[in-house]
Amino acid sequence: MAIEPEWDKEAVRSIAFSLKHKPGALLPILHEVQGRFGYIPAEGIPVIAAVLNLSRAEVHGVVSFYHDFRSEPPGKHVIRVCRAESCQAMGAVALASHIKRRLQLDFGQTSDDRLFALEAVYCLGNCACSPAITIDEELYGRVTAQRFDRLLARFEGRRS
Amino acid sequence: MSETIYVPQDSGALSLGAGEVARALQAHGARRGEMPHIIRTGSRGLYWLEPMVEVDTAQGRVAYGPVTGADVESLFEAGFLDGKDHRLRLGLTEAIAYLKKQERLTFARVGITDPGSLDAYLAHGGYRGLKRALEMTGAQIVDEISLSELRGRGGAAFPAGIKWKTALETSADRKYVVCNADEGDSGTFADRMLMEGDPLVLIEGMTIAAVCIGAAQGYVYLRSEYPHSYRALVRAIDAAYERGYLGEDVLGSAKRFDLEVRVGAGSYICGEETAMLESLEGKRGMVRYRPPVPAVEGLFGKPTIVNNLVTFATVPIVLEKGGRFYKDYGMGRSRGTLPIQLAGNVKRPGLIEKGFGVTLREIIYDYGGGTASGRPLRAVQVGGPLGAYLPENELDTPLDYEALAARGGLLGHGGIVVFDDTVDMAEMARYAMEFCALESCGKCTPCRIGSVRGVEVIGRILKNVEREANIALLEELCETMKFGSLCALGGLTPLPVMSALRHFPGDFGLSPSDLEAAQEQQALTGRAPQG
Repeated sequence: MAIEPEWDKEAVRSIAFSLKHKPGALLPILHEVQGRFGYIPAEGIPVIAAVLNLSRAEVHGVVSFYHDFRSEPPGKHVIRVCRAESCQAMGAVALASHIKRRLQLDFGQTSDDRLFALEAVYCLGNCACSPAITIDEELYGRVTAQRFDRLLARFEGRRS
Repeated sequence: MSETIYVPQDSGALSLGAGEVARALQAHGARRGEMPHIIRTGSRGLYWLEPMVEVDTAQGRVAYGPVTGADVESLFEAGFLDGKDHRLRLGLTEAIAYLKKQERLTFARVGITDPGSLDAYLAHGGYRGLKRALEMTGAQIVDEISLSELRGRGGAAFPAGIKWKTALETSADRKYVVCNADEGDSGTFADRMLMEGDPLVLIEGMTIAAVCIGAAQGYVYLRSEYPHSYRALVRAIDAAYERGYLGEDVLGSAKRFDLEVRVGAGSYICGEETAMLESLEGKRGMVRYRPPVPAVEGLFGKPTIVNNLVTFATVPIVLEKGGRFYKDYGMGRSRGTLPIQLAGNVKRPGLIEKGFGVTLREIIYDYGGGTASGRPLRAVQVGGPLGAYLPENELDTPLDYEALAARGGLLGHGGIVVFDDTVDMAEMARYAMEFCALESCGKCTPCRIGSVRGVEVIGRILKNVEREANIALLEELCETMKFGSLCALGGLTPLPVMSALRHFPGDFGLSPSDLEAAQEQQALTGRAPQG
């Protein structure tokens, strides 16, 4: 789904309405909103709360509980590096240092030009091909510093 | 000449370029006027050989791997469609020792069939279990499951028969069947491989559970890190609906069963069954107090069978071939087979389904070929981030729930992560505490605060600040977490921490006699609660 730059109150309301019939609808609604806008806009929380007849605190509590839900727009390309045990056993710590140096970012940061965001992730289920990373939706296994640089070059080319 | 080429669409294979290989096969085939049919399968689980491509021959499927896009032209040149020789030729797939020595029951079709094709599923023995179940009463289905001695494969190893019986015998206006596909443990990927390789077996298993207890609605709670699994599952569910294997009248039985996939949001604790139910209800994934157990009061307060994906995927073969057949595999009280996931620093990582009782040494050396780095093996973590670290001299431990527990470890979901001698076990212990702090739901104090203090205490030990006193404090803290936490996250995080300390005291700046002295001091002051 293409990420739309500006959030729109009516769109959030219509997403919430279209899914409110589902039992336990809040997570599906939040996923849909984030899928559309790339994050959960703070101003969208009262809108969702009203549709589901929940308090704003309840909705905010759910948004803040889950690591996936963002309250800020993400960078254009999100790079996630697995930090879990299997990847650590195959050099993920050194790979993560290389990636941080290369992007000049720490985990949880977004570059000033908003092209890249770097996130830590705890297991991508690709443990038999460690170390693993994702760039946007794409999963990569047996990633070395060299392979990462080659992958990154594809995206950096579009920077200028 | 083979009419068909099999290329995996498993996300592990895709992460190594299987998509590019499939595109190259298509393009080169078209250019040569040989247009074989490409079937996208799951992975056979021989990951060091991925992307692995197979073709049909009179003797059976012949495999080539690991294949890159650049190899495709030479494969055509060599005549791989006739199974001819090439430097990447691996011979008959079924004859590859890694695969040949396995006992694949749950994974019987993975890597072989098109996961989205109901016809392929039926042609390979699918839905025989459900057909038999539809002729049985709920109590008879429970008896068959109990006879198999199938235990929950998520980690807790609770007998599935007892759980199902409880949900069957609890009366309610609605019941649910929920599959836990929140496979968050590092070193595990069996759920993912099943969803991407044979999702219909999960759907069949859940349908049998629903028929058994009279549930009309099921959910698969899937972690968000598995987008490929999501697509494979949805495609299979659609196929099952289309042909009447799901919906208002399952196979003309007048029984309704609807199935929906719900996606988590990056929370490890939602793999804990009660936190998962909260999440499905649209709330924060906070662990519930038990009792009541979910089989009595589960989703939306109704009786719910919650099982791990591998458990549900094993149900069809139990129903098809009988509990006695399944029970014949395994050892002791661990009956049947376990899909073992071998990962980390190992030469041949992959999926090995075997009867319980195979030793860690056989798995790591005979199958895995030792470390990938070629350096000496130092530690093995069994059972995910909450499992114990075992040193090389404990590798003769059989993979069996009780044998692992007797050595202070756990088998968990069957993941094994191998580390070579470059690992710093004190860092791994600190990481275990960090992970617990990051993923704690916050409901109980020992887990929420204990994990944060654990990170700090290990930090002081590593900086050599009052080392012995802090070791004693760490032991005490671990006791508190173990006995005072509400669920397995806080309760089991002490396992990796304490096993690292016991087996590798040198990494904490201690000699084995220092560790003994610290433990004696702790025993004398009597601060640790008695277990």
